[in-house]
Amino acid sequence: MTAITQDTPVRRYSLRLSWPLVIGGVILFAGLLLAIVPELAAPYQPNAFDYKSILKPPSWAHPFGTDNFGRDMLSRVIYAYRVDMEIAVFATSFPFVFGTLIGALVGYYGGWAEAVLGRIVDALITFPLLVLVIAIVAILGPGLSNMYIAFGIIYWVFYARLIAGDMKVQRHLDYAAAGKVMGYSDLRIILRHLLPNVIVGGIVYWMTDMALAILIGSSLGYLGLGVQPPASEWGVLIAGGKNYMSTAWWITIFPGISIVLAGLGFSLFGDGLADLLRPRR
Amino acid sequence: MLYQPQTRDQGHPAHQLRVRNLTTTLPTSKGHMAAVSDVSFDVAPGEVLGLVGESGSGKSMTLRSILRLAPPRAVLSGSVQWGDEQLLTVPAGRLRALRGRDIAMIFQEPMTALNPVLSVHRQIDESLAVHTDLDARGRRTRAIELLDLVGIPAAASRVDDYPHQFSGGMRQRAMIAIALAPQPRLLLADEPTTALDVTIQDQILKLILDLRDRLGMSVIFVTHDLGVVAQTCDRVAVMYAGRIVETGAVSEVFRAPHHPYTRGLLGSVPQSGDERRPLLSIEGTPPALSAMPKGCAFHPRCTFRSVRCEVELPLLGDIGAHVAACFHQAEVMAANRGGA
Amino acid sequence: MAGLGYILRRVALMVPTLVVILVVTFVIVRSLPGDPASAMIGDRATDQDAARINAELGLDRSLPVQFIFFVERVFRGDLGTSFSIKLPVSEVIADRLPATLILTAMAAVFALLLAVPLAFLAAIKRNRVEDVAIRSAFQVGLSMPVFYTGLVLLTVLGAGLHWFPVGGYGDDLASHFYHLFLPALAIAVTLAAILMRSLRSAIITVLDAEYLDFARSKGLANRVIILRHVLRNAFISTVTLLGLHIGTVVGSAVITETVFAIPGIGRLMIDSIYARDYPMVQGLTLVLAVLVSVIFLATDLIQAALDPRIAR
Repeated sequence: MTAITQDTPVRRYSLRLSWPLVIGGVILFAGLLLAIVPELAAPYQPNAFDYKSILKPPSWAHPFGTDNFGRDMLSRVIYAYRVDMEIAVFATSFPFVFGTLIGALVGYYGGWAEAVLGRIVDALITFPLLVLVIAIVAILGPGLSNMYIAFGIIYWVFYARLIAGDMKVQRHLDYAAAGKVMGYSDLRIILRHLLPNVIVGGIVYWMTDMALAILIGSSLGYLGLGVQPPASEWGVLIAGGKNYMSTAWWITIFPGISIVLAGLGFSLFGDGLADLLRPRR
Repeated sequence: MLYQPQTRDQGHPAHQLRVRNLTTTLPTSKGHMAAVSDVSFDVAPGEVLGLVGESGSGKSMTLRSILRLAPPRAVLSGSVQWGDEQLLTVPAGRLRALRGRDIAMIFQEPMTALNPVLSVHRQIDESLAVHTDLDARGRRTRAIELLDLVGIPAAASRVDDYPHQFSGGMRQRAMIAIALAPQPRLLLADEPTTALDVTIQDQILKLILDLRDRLGMSVIFVTHDLGVVAQTCDRVAVMYAGRIVETGAVSEVFRAPHHPYTRGLLGSVPQSGDERRPLLSIEGTPPALSAMPKGCAFHPRCTFRSVRCEVELPLLGDIGAHVAACFHQAEVMAANRGGA
Repeated sequence: MAGLGYILRRVALMVPTLVVILVVTFVIVRSLPGDPASAMIGDRATDQDAARINAELGLDRSLPVQFIFFVERVFRGDLGTSFSIKLPVSEVIADRLPATLILTAMAAVFALLLAVPLAFLAAIKRNRVEDVAIRSAFQVGLSMPVFYTGLVLLTVLGAGLHWFPVGGYGDDLASHFYHLFLPALAIAVTLAAILMRSLRSAIITVLDAEYLDFARSKGLANRVIILRHVLRNAFISTVTLLGLHIGTVVGSAVITETVFAIPGIGRLMIDSIYARDYPMVQGLTLVLAVLVSVIFLATDLIQAALDPRIAR
């Protein structure tokens, strides 16, 4: 037992609280709060029409202004946090889990599976992914669940490739061989010994993937293929304001800033995480 | 086997290198640390000086400091005199003129030292273009001559090849050809044979010595391999933790080291054919830059140490002779005679 | 230089890819729900009409036979007739393709103009103020969805300052460039952000390389070193990267064309997917896939021309 633990790469996490990690963490935490309890922060109901206050610029009563139905933009943006954060997490969870498992197996066993995976990745990576997602959603019909399906079909491949690559390196290291010598089953070696070392890369990628999911989700929302109005989703909100850009810029600008903030939160946190978890021997 | 150098180039005083109190500090997260401390040595024209030490002893940084090729934020102080010019303070333009033309440098790993996307011809050509008046055709002819000189077969057909098309040993020869194109007077060789097979090592060493004779140049040979030093060098300077701890003629130093570290190094080289002697190995590892012991840097690992060694720094003395930086040289020499 | 052999081999490699593209396109489109007859004629379709149309389109034959017809027609340049626009697909695509091509090319150029010098600066001043500022700015650019960037540019520079027209395409080549400036810029922001990160890494690798030290030890001037040794090596990575991300550009183009109302194939794609216009979707997918493959080929060839390490 001791022989194996000694040879396993020791991951000493140096507590490097870098700026990206902190700033990203703060943004994400705030976003999480807003997503879980928007009622606490939003001053109005997101779908409350108020025909007396149509297209009003930002003011104390409506910090983000109102749209053409008199709905308070601040509340709509806050409620959209729930939707978009959901998109970020749900759209990427299946690809992460499924892709990691497949990648671990392919990376460990190699052979024809590796070649096949390589081909699939090559084919997919160059084709405009957005177009693929749009196509799938168009086939299945607009809506959130179909978007998740589209994501699931396509994005697992990238996790698989990443994990397979890392796994391939790890499987040649001494501690993997030591495991075999000890008579551990392949599955046990993969899951208990190799995967923990490899998963860090996957987690970091997951962070940036979530940022990407928000971008794609909002793009689909903008095109009317994702979340459907009158639900609050940043892309939908922006689409709602696109005809009023010159007259009521606040309808599009503020949701856009939220997208950028959320994306930044995920990427910064992911970068900081990568720095933090870089193994120090 | 000691090579007997042929006729020594009597040499122009302009081709003599005098290094005095060279100190190079590097910026680290804990402030500036000295990678090279107070290093002094001379290299006479035609002489081969071996700079020996473990990794991290500062020997490579010493070479780079001579040509001011240390990392951008390093601080160099002391004096590096080439002829009557002070290399550490000459203006950049003059330094560029000297680099390559007077002093050239070769590196350990030719695959990383040669630009992979330029042909060997180009890399020789650009040096010739800067340092000579030859026209394009003349430069090409010279390039082929150089490749021939370093022993690359079919030089004329290989001159347009790229680095990756040469084998390891040939690449190293190509790098030497490139460095020697302007016929420098001093060659700084940073572990040029470390990355090569033993048989090829031998060839490259012979080549360097041969070129030394033909071109009348001097060489500073940085290595951690005592065998190489014995084979090729006239004088040797042993470095530890950024300082020179012993210097002298190779035959003298190797026969009777004055410094415990040198003794340890020599004693840990297995000699075949001798009566069996216990291998001396030196316990411990060299100190990190940031954790330099007080007094003599070697004292934690030294079997001859005393209280004085822990607080006072021993100095080298007159670098012309065989000297060591140690308070207990007499004991070391006695131990030598004792045959242990 | 990469020999003719390499070029031929590379082109030959494209063939299986093209075959796969043909098959996949065919399968995808056949699985689109909805039935072509009613799509063409509308709800008034009678059974005879449906049967007639099915026979015309060859839909009453077995799938493999249909596939053969399909391939045959493709090679003749006949991509069918659009259901919604009632014109030959190839004609419509040919009409709309130039706009997208110009847009893509302009976006790539803008992205390079933005990314290369700034990546260089960031690499040289690594970890200093300039580097952090540049990376932060690009990080923000990366987090902005293309449609948002487009809308903002449209409003500020188009509707607001009237520096550029608000969408549309223009009539002649010069006004094409004028109209496509803002959309190309929108795409370029995202693309440049993606490129900058890798470029900066690549340039740092080059700057740290030992061959730079060797070059300096030969007494070469800084300018020479930068031009001949640094840029040339870094340029190779740039070309590769650009090719690799062509998918991103096309995807962004699809959205941007929608925002700016540009008559390109991106918008055409979305419209025809909505309208269940089989032949159009099929034709577009084919054209897009071939386009991407060709760009890939071009990138590979350029890279081979520049980098002597690639097999001859």
